[in-house]
Amino acid sequence: MMRADLDLIYDWVPERSHILDLACGNGELLETLGRHKGVTGYGLEIDHDGINACVARGVNVIEHNLDDGLGSFCDNSYDQVIMTQALQALRRPDKMLDEMLRVAEEGIITFPNFAYWRHRVHLGLRGYMPVSKSLPHAWYDTPNIHLSTFNDFEHLCREKGLVIVDRAVGVGDHQGHWKSRLWPNLFGEIAIFRVRRR
Amino acid sequence: MPDTDTLAFADRPTDSVGLITPRVARFDTPLSLACGKVLPAYELIYETYGTLNVDRSNAVLICHALSGHHHAAGYHSEEDRKPGWWDAHIGPGKAIDTNRFFVVSLNNLGGCHGSTGPISHNPDTGRQWGPDFPMVTVSDWVASQARLADHLGIERWAAAVGGSLGGMQVMQWTMTYPERVANAVVIAATPRLSAQNIAFNEVARQAIRSDPEFFDGWYAEHDTLPKRGLKLARMVGHITYLSEDAMGSKFGRDLRSNDLNFGFDVEFQVESYLRYQGDTFSTAFDANTYLLMTKALDYFDPAATQGGDFAKALAPAECPFLIVSFTTDWRFPPSRSRELVDALTRAGKSVSYANIDSPHGHDAFLLSNPRYDAIVSAFMNRAARELNLAEPAEYETNGEGTP
Repeated sequence: MMRADLDLIYDWVPERSHILDLACGNGELLETLGRHKGVTGYGLEIDHDGINACVARGVNVIEHNLDDGLGSFCDNSYDQVIMTQALQALRRPDKMLDEMLRVAEEGIITFPNFAYWRHRVHLGLRGYMPVSKSLPHAWYDTPNIHLSTFNDFEHLCREKGLVIVDRAVGVGDHQGHWKSRLWPNLFGEIAIFRVRRR
Repeated sequence: MPDTDTLAFADRPTDSVGLITPRVARFDTPLSLACGKVLPAYELIYETYGTLNVDRSNAVLICHALSGHHHAAGYHSEEDRKPGWWDAHIGPGKAIDTNRFFVVSLNNLGGCHGSTGPISHNPDTGRQWGPDFPMVTVSDWVASQARLADHLGIERWAAAVGGSLGGMQVMQWTMTYPERVANAVVIAATPRLSAQNIAFNEVARQAIRSDPEFFDGWYAEHDTLPKRGLKLARMVGHITYLSEDAMGSKFGRDLRSNDLNFGFDVEFQVESYLRYQGDTFSTAFDANTYLLMTKALDYFDPAATQGGDFAKALAPAECPFLIVSFTTDWRFPPSRSRELVDALTRAGKSVSYANIDSPHGHDAFLLSNPRYDAIVSAFMNRAARELNLAEPAEYETNGEGTP
């Protein structure tokens, strides 16, 4: 059983494809995709424990700071680039999106939706920066420096002329509840996008 | 050097491979070398640690660096003041776990620690080989190591492991004998030397060759050694092995005595250290071997035959790679390891890469470091699992290191 957003991504990755997993953590997604769908590729990670966990389970992992871009990876050298829960921690999320879609035709991105209703309650009613399961840090020690909403990301994709192939949200351990399908910006805790260059 | 590397036999920890006796393998099949010459026969000295399993599937090859040799772990006698050069990583429960793996470590051809080299007897002339010993390359070493594998009945290494020049040998293995290497660990290495690397090597060589006691390499016949040259070569080499920070924190501007004496004797601690390192080395290592080994470094460039495309050169490789670099290594900095990683990803090979925080510069590959040890352990344990090697408990510890 993987994290809710990973479960959904699993279905979106074609069999036998060659992918990059940016901020791959402990390599769970790549291992599952490799074992069951014959997917190959590399994880990029900066966390030492994550790197060690990947090596221990036989997942290819490269120590790499995403803020350095993807310069060492050639244009169109992968089928898909996946980035889960890292967009909000990057110095320039917009440039990373360009980089992802330079290296592959399609990208999958997940991030915490700042407009999730619980976050709104925290900020709007109580007057505090939201702290939740998807945003567990205090304002002063959070690695999340570019928080955005479901709507914000859609807007960025539109500005960049990208095709949104799929979009979904995750709420806690469940995804696809009717409320969050109808009003993703309000009821989606995790935003999940599949985008493509035009 | 850290304390773990300087423990005398009497103080050895329980995870030492113990007393080790080197062995010599003789090869009478001529070996054609890259330089065009043929070595009619040769000997390789080697050590082994751990036990070869029945399937002969648990053997790990250790490739040594510029001034390394076969004595990688354990002790030769109870009087030894320190263990082999990679004792921090080879032993029961260590990153290269001798409870699980059968480890083979040899002295390369052209060496001066027991394998055929410049100080060996040349049967054709009846004198020492001296400067007549043919130039050997990384490919030649790998070819000779493959014969050692044949001799030991090892068809395929569970892993080939090496740091620095040793890492280059591991790379060469994966390209020349892809079917004979199940895993590759390449530490603090580079796909090819930079102009600066070659420049440092050339200074070292000139120091040796311009020593009046060098006698064009025939110093043994003059009953002398080019000690001054070799000492200088080692001193300049040693500077490139340490980081500026490591040197700074170890010596700073500390003086040997309290006052400046306005002369050219040793005044700063760092001078004293370098001179000591150089002096020790100048009588312990053969100058002709040093010249050969630095040339082998300079010549290594597998991409050269592929128009400079290292990814193309790596096309034959089949095994998973672990590439490790160290943050303060400026001899073969992380960016060089990253070139290697990028070539491997471009070639679609299995590769993992870790850049380890260490203040110790290039020398870090020899030392113990929690993250370094953990990542090599993780890779080796995964290798053992995939090769279906028995869990450590199923082996009997063989402290004598004999197969």
